This record gives sequence, C-alpha cells and structure tokens, in this order.
Amino acid sequence: MHIMEGYLPLAHAVGWSLASAPFVAMGLRAIGGRIEAQPELKMVLGVSAAFTFVLSALKLPSVTGSCSHPTGTGLGAILFGPLVMAPLGAIVLLFQALLLAHGGLSTLGANVFSMAVVGPLAAWGVYKGARWIGLPAGLGVFLGAALGDLLTYVTTSFQLALAFPSAQGGVLVSFQKFAGIFAFTQLPLAICEGLLTVVIYNLLHQFHGHLLAPRKAEVSE
Amino acid sequence: MRVSRNYVLVLAAVLVMALPLVLHPRPREGALFTGADGQAKDAIAILAPGYQPWIQSPWKPPSGEVESLLFALQAALGAGFIGYHFGVRRERLRRDGDSSRC
Repeated sequence: MHIMEGYLPLAHAVGWSLASAPFVAMGLRAIGGRIEAQPELKMVLGVSAAFTFVLSALKLPSVTGSCSHPTGTGLGAILFGPLVMAPLGAIVLLFQALLLAHGGLSTLGANVFSMAVVGPLAAWGVYKGARWIGLPAGLGVFLGAALGDLLTYVTTSFQLALAFPSAQGGVLVSFQKFAGIFAFTQLPLAICEGLLTVVIYNLLHQFHGHLLAPRKAEVSE
Repeated sequence: MRVSRNYVLVLAAVLVMALPLVLHPRPREGALFTGADGQAKDAIAILAPGYQPWIQSPWKPPSGEVESLLFALQAALGAGFIGYHFGVRRERLRRDGDSSRC
C-alpha cells in the first residue's frame, strides 16, 4: 500500500497530509490520556506498536502471484480505540520512507491515511460491531484486523485512482485497476493478519487480563 | 488450553502464507511474486504515460541485500520487543505466585 515517493501529484500529497494530520494529533492526545490514566498500559501500547513494526516488514506471497505486506494496525485499534494507531503507524511509515525508500515523504500523508487512519478505524468499528451482535471476542478480533488490513489497501487503490483517473472511464475504471492489484492480493494476507492478531490478543489477555477490559463485557471505551 | 489454540492459529497463518507458493509453480522466465507496489507503479505508467515523479527518495538502499537487511532489522526490533515483554511478564507473574496464568 506504500505509494512511492513522488507518485502523487503535489495537490494530492498536500491534501492527504492535511487529512491525516488531525488524526495523528488526536492520536497523540489519546495515547497521553490513556497512559496518564493507566501507566501500566505503556508496555501494552509498546507491544501494539511493535506488532505493526513486525507485520509491515513482512512481504508475503499471495494467491495472485504478487507480494504485499500486512499492516498490523488492527491490534492497537481494537485494544485502545481507533486513534492511537495514527501516530504509531506514522512512525513506522516514516521509518520505511527514510531508511527503506519504501513509500515516501511526499506520500506519507496518503499512506498514513490508509494504513494508520482508515485501517484502524475499520478494525475498531468491525470489532465493536461483531461484539455488539454477540460474536465471541476472538472472532471479532479476527474480523476487525482482517477487514482493517483489507480496507487499508482499498483506500490506497482509491487514492491512486483519484490521482490517476483513466482517460476512458475516469476514477471508477482506475479504481478497479488498482483494486485488482492491491485488494485481491491482500485477501490471504488479511486472513493471515487476522489470525496473528488473535494470537497476540490472546497472549495480551493471558498476561495482562487485569489491565485490559474483561473479555466478556467490553466496557473500556 | 489457550496456548494450544494459539499454536493452531499460527499454523493456520503459516499455511495461508505457504499456499500461494504451492499454487504458483516457478515460471521459466519472468518474475513471480513481485511487489504489488511496483505493479501499481506500472499501472500508473499505463494510465498516465507522461507522469514523472516530482521528488525522489532522499536515500535508497544501495542493493536488494541491504534493503532486506533493513527489513529484517525492522521485523527483529518488533519481534524482539514483543518476545522480551512476554518473557518478562511471564516471569513476573510466576514470581508473584499467580501460577494459573502461566
């Protein structure tokens, strides 16, 4: 989902940066608030950030014959709400833009928006919805993380389609083209991410059960 | 009980990762399992033939080897932190006599 350096026109690059900035700022405030209320949560937040570090470094093969990577942002969003992953995801993307030439500074705003804003929002929303209709926590975490991953790549496809509309057919045709590259590739990766997120979620509950909201009654939000 | 369920989940994730490698035999020529990001770049070249990136990355890994080193480093940092954390946590809970959680 990393849009490469310079591959968004200037206006789009600025626009997506402006769109992402308030989420990063609100996320920083949300993190500060949570840590102030419960300093012990710092390590759990660290695990969420580390999980994103690991997963976004893993380029996995997909059934489409190409490679892509999961995002790992669903875990933190499910545990701490949708905002905290915005700054954490931004740090990962900045690291990759500066050291790996993966993504870029001009496209950082757009990449933050897809991976660290839309993905976590989707993961959190799906998880809450799944819990609301009475699904077990594990299944909710799986669905949230997997769909958050998938929607990250749908967002990237939309961003590229908006920047490069097809001469015949416009944004919609372009979107189908980019979604064909990103979204289908992402399907098995999203399943992988869902499974691994449940593992870490289980471990966190095993070792921090008293800190995190009880599994049965999710009242933390 | 929960530990064994985690093993099953990790095994399932490994199988989902390995499945594409089995489904796609290695082609005699051409590249397989290239990055989707690069394919998107090719799609842009078709959709907007005249488009030139207006800014270059400040620094690029000089080779694929160095790039894979940095990616491995990124994963190792994350995995190292997670492993260290759970290790410390497990020992602390054990020491505090909360054996039911270990």
